[in-house]
Amino acid sequence: MAREVMEGSQAVARIVANCDVKVIAAYPITPQTHIVQELAKMHADGLIDCEFVNVEAEFSAISAILGATAAGARSFTATSSQGLALMHEVVFAAAGMRLPLVMVIANRALSAPINIWNDHQDSIAERDSGWIQIYCESVQEVVDSVVQAYKIAENKNVLLPVMVCMDGFYLTHVYEPVEIPPKSKVHKFLGKFNYPYKLDPKKPLTMGPLGFPADYARLRKQLAEAVWNSKKVIKEVHDIYAKQFGRVYGDGLLEVYGDGSIALVAMGSVCGTIKDMIDKDELKDVCLVRIRTFRPFPKDEIVEVLKDRDAVVVLDRNISLGNAGAVYLEVRDALYDEKDKPKVVDFVVGLGGVDVNKATLNYVVEKARTVKSGHVEIVDGSEVSSSY
Amino acid sequence: MGIGLRQFAPGHRTCAGCGSAIVFRHVLEALGDDVIICQATGCMEVTTTPYPETSFKVPWIHVVFENAASVATGVKRALKAQGNNHTRVVAMGGDGGMIDIGFGAVSGALERGEDIIIIVYDTEAYSNTGLQRSGGTPFGASTTTSPAGKKIPGKQEWKKNIAMIAVMHRAKYVATANPAFWADLQAKVRKAYEMEGGTRLIHIYSPCPIGWHVDPSKTIKVAKLAVETGLWMLYEVEEGKLKINYKPKEFKPVEEYFKLQGRFKHLLGRKDIIEMVERHVREHWEMMEKVEKEGIDLPKLV
Ligand SMILES: Cc1ncc(C[n+]2csc(CCOP(=O)(O)OP(=O)(O)O)c2C)c(N)n1
Ligand code: SF4
Ligand SMILES: [Mg+2]
Repeated sequence: MAREVMEGSQAVARIVANCDVKVIAAYPITPQTHIVQELAKMHADGLIDCEFVNVEAEFSAISAILGATAAGARSFTATSSQGLALMHEVVFAAAGMRLPLVMVIANRALSAPINIWNDHQDSIAERDSGWIQIYCESVQEVVDSVVQAYKIAENKNVLLPVMVCMDGFYLTHVYEPVEIPPKSKVHKFLGKFNYPYKLDPKKPLTMGPLGFPADYARLRKQLAEAVWNSKKVIKEVHDIYAKQFGRVYGDGLLEVYGDGSIALVAMGSVCGTIKDMIDKDELKDVCLVRIRTFRPFPKDEIVEVLKDRDAVVVLDRNISLGNAGAVYLEVRDALYDEKDKPKVVDFVVGLGGVDVNKATLNYVVEKARTVKSGHVEIVDGSEVSSSY
Repeated sequence: MGIGLRQFAPGHRTCAGCGSAIVFRHVLEALGDDVIICQATGCMEVTTTPYPETSFKVPWIHVVFENAASVATGVKRALKAQGNNHTRVVAMGGDGGMIDIGFGAVSGALERGEDIIIIVYDTEAYSNTGLQRSGGTPFGASTTTSPAGKKIPGKQEWKKNIAMIAVMHRAKYVATANPAFWADLQAKVRKAYEMEGGTRLIHIYSPCPIGWHVDPSKTIKVAKLAVETGLWMLYEVEEGKLKINYKPKEFKPVEEYFKLQGRFKHLLGRKDIIEMVERHVREHWEMMEKVEKEGIDLPKLV
């Protein structure tokens, strides 16, 4: 199939248009704006046959697509940073109501100070919400993940919302050759959206009731189990998609690249840089373990690929203030029961758009060789020699 | 079958004499079966749907406090996209959910001219959380966050006028209603139901006896007095024209209304405040009657 060079945001819009989406509601925020603008233009040009709602705030964007999904229409929104933070209340409600929403996040730092550049703090702040979170390395992966997201979310054994996370600017604004799977093939892959509990006057039901403690706890337990169990479906969907569309992203949850005894654990576009350095032998004895789904967290899978390494070096593009990076904390927890655990260290990098380039990665790996397990360091860029 | 019971089953947990429950029965009966209700958090959500029970026999969704109008937007657009142009979508919420915290969502829906019906049932306070002050609370009322104290006699600001705010958005149809005038209430809901295209908003007075400290047997009496004192005006705005639906021959004294309600009892004998409230009522009527009599064009949907 033909590949075309286009901007990441345009690629998102193009694939959304091919997913038989019936309602789009969105509100602009850098670096997500090009996605909304492109969708608005395609809608105005009659290239997408759907309802397009220019809402007055992100809170309403997610509320509208929640309502639309509940009424049986496949829907879409995209946001970033402050917009996602504004949605927070409804993000939790959507998962609790088991509504299969799909949302693209153009990852960006959270205020203050206000900053429009990339890190993962915005979506990491929603990690406890019950949404599946897929972190992408390339524009092509975003495109493929959007299609997979609908398929996963709408699976009767899942019925959970999915966030497809793409690094702001690094992926939203980059021009890359991508293949946009054609409408007919995507429709066939997804099938018609057939939400089993939709709002319908012919079959009235009550959605979003009050839950007293015992019912609340039981329903939350069901939700927790659904998120855990979604791993199986995520992998299956990934595999079927790989067969039909020809692209593989590890096992769908996790990807291992190279075989060095030092594992760099990372998410998102920085993984491309790491792969390039591994290919060129610029990072001695290093392999990459890329987490694709941070939720559900691939705990068993990650233990399997990390337990026999000498060292695990986590790159966090976020920080849980008062402790350490979120990915590090979970990786460390996952390895706790291993007998000969490797050393595990954390480097919080790239906050608010600070470049994570080869010099940074070199600094991190060299430093990691010298520090003890448990080392947590926030790299603001000043440590990194520019002479690399 | 009693009023509205086909759509709204008894057994819910509202207080004795709850005006909002009466309002809901009338509204839901007038709407009929081919509707989807999108409701805001508040008394009429908490009392009606304790899982796994529900009072609603029509499809109903609640998400959070401040997004009923936006959820309704999504539901309506979804129906439209699926070729269903008959089912009416209704956003319902209290004064808190629609006039205060969810005001942005209501304003957004009105500005976009969403093809939905917005019902604001106004208990003039946050009833569900224990009667705190809202933008709908009238001047002087004592609430738990605007208590009548030794220094400050209750709320010191006037009520937010959501109906006229909706008119200024070029709403398709705007009306005010009151359960003591239930035939008028139902007719207005019905009218909003029959219309298509554009947002219809109905602002309904909903006495909360427990919060207002009113004898639960006097809910409708208080509601009627609200109209007879001129405090609650019944009107509708359609095609840019205002029509006042009921004009008391003579306004009853505001004190008569205040007397029945604990929330105003600190004002009894406060001539200065009562005169100020009566002046406010007069001025409101003068303005509205002028608009009606002179046929002044209000913003309308074009
Ligand atoms: C974001 C948020 N803030 C506060 C609350 C707490 N709360 C629930 S209902 C309510 C008041 C509801 O008032 P209103 O909309 O007037 O409805 P009523 O209870 O009076 O019928 C409040 C403050 C909430 N649920 N969500
Ligand atoms: S507190 Fe007021 S509005 Fe709420 S149920 Fe009781 S009477 Fe009705
Ligand atoms: Mg209220």
